[in-house]
Amino acid sequence: MDKLPLRARLATAMGGAAGRLSRMAGRGDGSVIGGKISLWLEPDLLSMLAAGRQVVLVTGTNGKTTTTRLITAGLGALGQRVASNGYGANMDEGLAAALGQAPNAPYAVLEVDEKYLPQVIKATAPRVVVLLNLSRDQMDRAAEIWLLARRWREALGDASGTRVVANADDPLVAWAASSAAGVTWVSAGQRWREDSWCCPQCGSHLRRDGDDWRCGECACARPMVSWVLDGGKVIDSAGRAHELDLALPGRANRANAVVALAAVEVFGVDVAKALPGLREVASVAGRYTQVERRGRPVRLLLAKNPAGWLEAFDVLDPPPTPIVLAVNAQEPDGKDTSWLWDVDYRVLRGHRVFVTGERRLDLAVRLEADGLAFELTGGIDEAVDRVDGKLDVLANYTAFQQIRSALGRVS
Amino acid sequence: MTGALLRLVWVYPDLLSTYGDRGNLLVLERRARLRDIATDVVSVNSDQPVPRDGSIYLMGGGEDLPQILAAQRLRADGGLAAAAASGAVIFAVCAGYQLLGTQFGGEERQLLPGLGLLDISSGRGETRGVGEILADVDPALALPRLTGFENHQGITRLGPGARPLSRTVRGVGNGDGTEGAYAGRVLGTYLHGPALVRNPALADLLLSWAAGPLRPVAEQDEEWARRLREERLAAAAP
Repeated sequence: MDKLPLRARLATAMGGAAGRLSRMAGRGDGSVIGGKISLWLEPDLLSMLAAGRQVVLVTGTNGKTTTTRLITAGLGALGQRVASNGYGANMDEGLAAALGQAPNAPYAVLEVDEKYLPQVIKATAPRVVVLLNLSRDQMDRAAEIWLLARRWREALGDASGTRVVANADDPLVAWAASSAAGVTWVSAGQRWREDSWCCPQCGSHLRRDGDDWRCGECACARPMVSWVLDGGKVIDSAGRAHELDLALPGRANRANAVVALAAVEVFGVDVAKALPGLREVASVAGRYTQVERRGRPVRLLLAKNPAGWLEAFDVLDPPPTPIVLAVNAQEPDGKDTSWLWDVDYRVLRGHRVFVTGERRLDLAVRLEADGLAFELTGGIDEAVDRVDGKLDVLANYTAFQQIRSALGRVS
Repeated sequence: MTGALLRLVWVYPDLLSTYGDRGNLLVLERRARLRDIATDVVSVNSDQPVPRDGSIYLMGGGEDLPQILAAQRLRADGGLAAAAASGAVIFAVCAGYQLLGTQFGGEERQLLPGLGLLDISSGRGETRGVGEILADVDPALALPRLTGFENHQGITRLGPGARPLSRTVRGVGNGDGTEGAYAGRVLGTYLHGPALVRNPALADLLLSWAAGPLRPVAEQDEEWARRLREERLAAAAP
């Protein structure tokens, strides 16, 4: 921090003060408003704050916040401070705030919005960029994913000092990563495949066999992997298998953990050293948290798009455990609910299903088309009152935040 | 129509299925089932020939590159054009709608040849039309107001061989106050993704083109779609 120019120090201090005021006023964790003020005072702040640190950037459609948290936990084995935007504020303001709040941390693990990755690579000269997955998400405000993949590819081709850790099982991600000078390929799996039937290079139909894929026309194919998620185990780059044994539930989180382990290896942290830290992560920004509500255990799951919902279904307790589906369509959710029709709800057969949220009628029509029985409810407490035991709640972004506030701001 | 088999062909879900396009298929299947009309669904990927014996063909939305590839392959395949010539119903949304025309705009604003199944021509506009759309349908079709969501940068001009499907009350549509187009049994719209979900009467129009007059659906089977439709019409009203 002492090496920063006066203007940058002032900008960081002012932003920090604004952030504290915002937190005291109960308006969230304050990082966005604080970062905004800092960046307005010093537009180059992000690159100044990143200078001299070992930076890891984490991006992808799903799993950013969790993977950022897991990498931070893994790097804990180094015994040094790690700066991180652990609450998901993933545009310039959030990144600047996270770095400004930890001026002396030699490491930084930053979740980055997919669209901002190219400019954040330029600003922070990262040591590692982690690419998780790419699938359809909020297309009324986000860029089309083939376009995103192309921008990533261009940015990584120019970033010579950066090691990329990428999921080889996602064809768009693999194609974007393959322009980089050095890539650690991870087989993290890909459950949602509706956005990757065609070759990212030439557009021909892809041949897919298990996790393997190759183009029938051009040379584009799944790269050789050095890390593998194998059921509940990770197979590391030396071929050794380790039980993951995470506190976080579900296949998607095991995949996130394998990617995180491959990322921390770049800094010399091996699996045996990193795993204890990863296993301690039990909830991430309120997700996967179990709370009591009127005597019933309620578990909160967040998923924002079809690929996310598909992975979330995997985490549900078996039928007939009741489940609440909650959908809003505010600005941060995307105002278009079309994506509900990309999700196959038939796997919920046997569960008692409640629908709520501002767009519950969209959900009702969707479930009716899949022949599922459901109950319309005005809110989470109405559902809680109608059940006896445990309840799983699956919500998209603002619906999740509303339920989280209704239950008391759980972390 | 009891006993007749209605073949629904989903054209190129691997290229043209960006946002909930499956919804149109599910709505047609359900509304046929409610009339005891048996359906058979065929999903045709872009490396497979398009069958010529379908009753209703569905085409969804897609990004620029997949749209260009779909046009090339459909032109080379010829199955869709043959089906249209023999009177099949075609329902296309967004990128699929543009593809039906004589030309459409590619990613570098170049004009590319479409399928020529509808007398329309599309190019790229300056701004993206994103949001709720409301449109009043051509009185000749006797359908209630359309409600949907659009997300496109296209501008579409109709030639003398096509009629506008509707006039916009809210939203961009074709860019000149009209929305969508139809001629015979070929119909396209910028209402993207699951356009038929909020417009069951349009779904029934397509079904009746393929299967003849339909009996009404029982009120309890219409309830959720009607409530959603009313909510969206009210929310988007100008």
